[in-house]
Amino acid sequence: MTGNLTIVLLIGVLYTVGTYLLLQRTLTRVVLGLALLGHGANLLLLQAGGAAGLVPFVTSGGTATVGTTADPLPQAMALTAIVITFGVTAFLLAMAYRSWVLTGADEVQDDVEDRRVQVLGEQQEQRRHREARDDTHRADAEEDT
Amino acid sequence: MIRVLLPLPVLLPLLAAGLSVLLGQRPVLQRALSLVTLLTTTATAGVLLATADRDGTQVVQAGGWAAPAGITLVGDRLSTLLLVVSQLVLLAVLVYAIGQGVADGSRTPRAVFHPCYLVLAAGISLAFLTGDLFNLFVGFEVMLVASYVLLTLGGGAEQIRAGMTYVIVSLLASVLFVTVVGLVYAATGTVNMAQAAERVPELPEGLRVALGLTMLVVFGIKAAIFPLFSWLPDSYPTAPSPVTAVFAGLLTKVGVYAVIRTQTLLFPGEDDISAVLLVLASLTMVVGILGAVVQDDVKRVLSFTIVSHIGYMLLGLGLYSAAGLAGAILYTVHHIVVQTTLFLVAGLVERRTGTSSIARSGGMQHVAPLLAVLYLLPALSLAGIPPLSGFLAKLGLLQAGLADGSVLAVTTVAAALLTSLLTLHAVGRVWTGVFWGPVSNVVPDRDLEDAVDVGVVRTPAAMLAAASAAVAGGLLITVIAGPLYGLTTRAAGDLLDRGTYVRAVLGPGGTR
Repeated sequence: MTGNLTIVLLIGVLYTVGTYLLLQRTLTRVVLGLALLGHGANLLLLQAGGAAGLVPFVTSGGTATVGTTADPLPQAMALTAIVITFGVTAFLLAMAYRSWVLTGADEVQDDVEDRRVQVLGEQQEQRRHREARDDTHRADAEEDT
Repeated sequence: MIRVLLPLPVLLPLLAAGLSVLLGQRPVLQRALSLVTLLTTTATAGVLLATADRDGTQVVQAGGWAAPAGITLVGDRLSTLLLVVSQLVLLAVLVYAIGQGVADGSRTPRAVFHPCYLVLAAGISLAFLTGDLFNLFVGFEVMLVASYVLLTLGGGAEQIRAGMTYVIVSLLASVLFVTVVGLVYAATGTVNMAQAAERVPELPEGLRVALGLTMLVVFGIKAAIFPLFSWLPDSYPTAPSPVTAVFAGLLTKVGVYAVIRTQTLLFPGEDDISAVLLVLASLTMVVGILGAVVQDDVKRVLSFTIVSHIGYMLLGLGLYSAAGLAGAILYTVHHIVVQTTLFLVAGLVERRTGTSSIARSGGMQHVAPLLAVLYLLPALSLAGIPPLSGFLAKLGLLQAGLADGSVLAVTTVAAALLTSLLTLHAVGRVWTGVFWGPVSNVVPDRDLEDAVDVGVVRTPAAMLAAASAAVAGGLLITVIAGPLYGLTTRAAGDLLDRGTYVRAVLGPGGTR
């Protein structure tokens, strides 16, 4: 199987940029990142079928032989994958909009566990501050006596 | 006959889903349609299991194209057994949902529940029955898209927050899935699993292991294997309890099924992958259950036990022996039923007390003794108390682990025993907190507009009946454990002898 270097590089770029965007905090960027990743995956499917430029599977008149025709299977799979990605991206956009309506922020929110850990951390921090303050007070008082 | 029956569990719910959308304004007809559909698919699945067990693997080439090019549906012992269990669970949860009124179109636009539920059923059936990697992807997507809608039904702030994470994580897994399908196609020139099973072993070892591990990551996200599980305890508890129950029972198990199917068929006996599986099994079990013992919300405790107990199924697969695989399949069947039951009962308890917090509820055994019994039986079964089904399934797995005898296997068995003990502690905490102690005040419903009523004394008969039936189903597994173990052993034999599957799909000679 021969590959097309341009397409292979493009797949790499799409995966890289998609992954970078996926790791962002903003929901819009996450959605865009997933869209790019989807494009990369679809191109990869297409590339898996071999080089472009061969005649279609069904030729008018003559009978097609293996090796001289373009492989139709990856094309069919890529089409299916495109439709699925399209539908889910639309749903994701609707959810991101709903999230924006409800919270007013276009951000991925912390999960329950994260919030709980954060609250615990803040409490601990305050306690430590208080104790440190008490210690200095006590030290001051001892100096005064 | 089998040509009609095998595609039926996929086609019938899909057609019914379309019809159900048209019946959006007629809730009674919608309910009847869903019930009749799932009753039919359950009966079909029963016939398929009987046929597959008697006559061996059944294959249908939907569309009429021959095997490597066509749409192959395969019903062997493993897939039809899981199909039967999943249809029964779907049916019980449907009755429960109808009883609860989640499915009604009375308040929020609930007319979407039935169509989505049927699409979910079709996706699960397709994932079990397909003999083609790409159709496995399609089955997963059909199932997941329906689950996105069901999880965010109502669109409350908390549901959207959890749903967003769930959808993004699932979508990432799907992109990886497409990627690995593309890579398999590039390497072997086929996505038909039987043909790939013939060609993958001829690949260079590095490529083979890389493909196997990528596939493990894809299905590991769906099955909530350590360290890819953190989306699960965060998203599942926010949905209405029947939805959570069916997700808990089935969605992760479809992932487990896909792991078992691909690892046994495409990457048989790779020692590296088996070792990875055993390590992941230990970590999944221990980390998951440590999460469960510190939670206060009953639904979150149960969600962490799902994660934890996925590890047992991986243990069986990692051992890669007939006894190990048989134990893993039996454990999957047991866990689907028991976990669904626990979530159904947790929904009933929440309806009664008005909260799912352990700290804020108490004394339920005085208020609702029947609920206490309904909780205790599956909870003890989950922890593996004899003679319940969890004990029998764990016994099979642990014996297989000790028979293996390697250091890694014995360590994993030790982790499994520890997890079992901690599970007892986790479900025991729920028991002492919710059912013992002084009777707590009923917490009033925070949101009267949403679909789920809580803090109500009256429990609809349909909900109670569905939960009781699910508990009875769990007890039935105990009663028929002997024949069932025989069946799972035969299914494990099929998995280990890959030739059966390949010959059934491609014909006696294969078509290399």
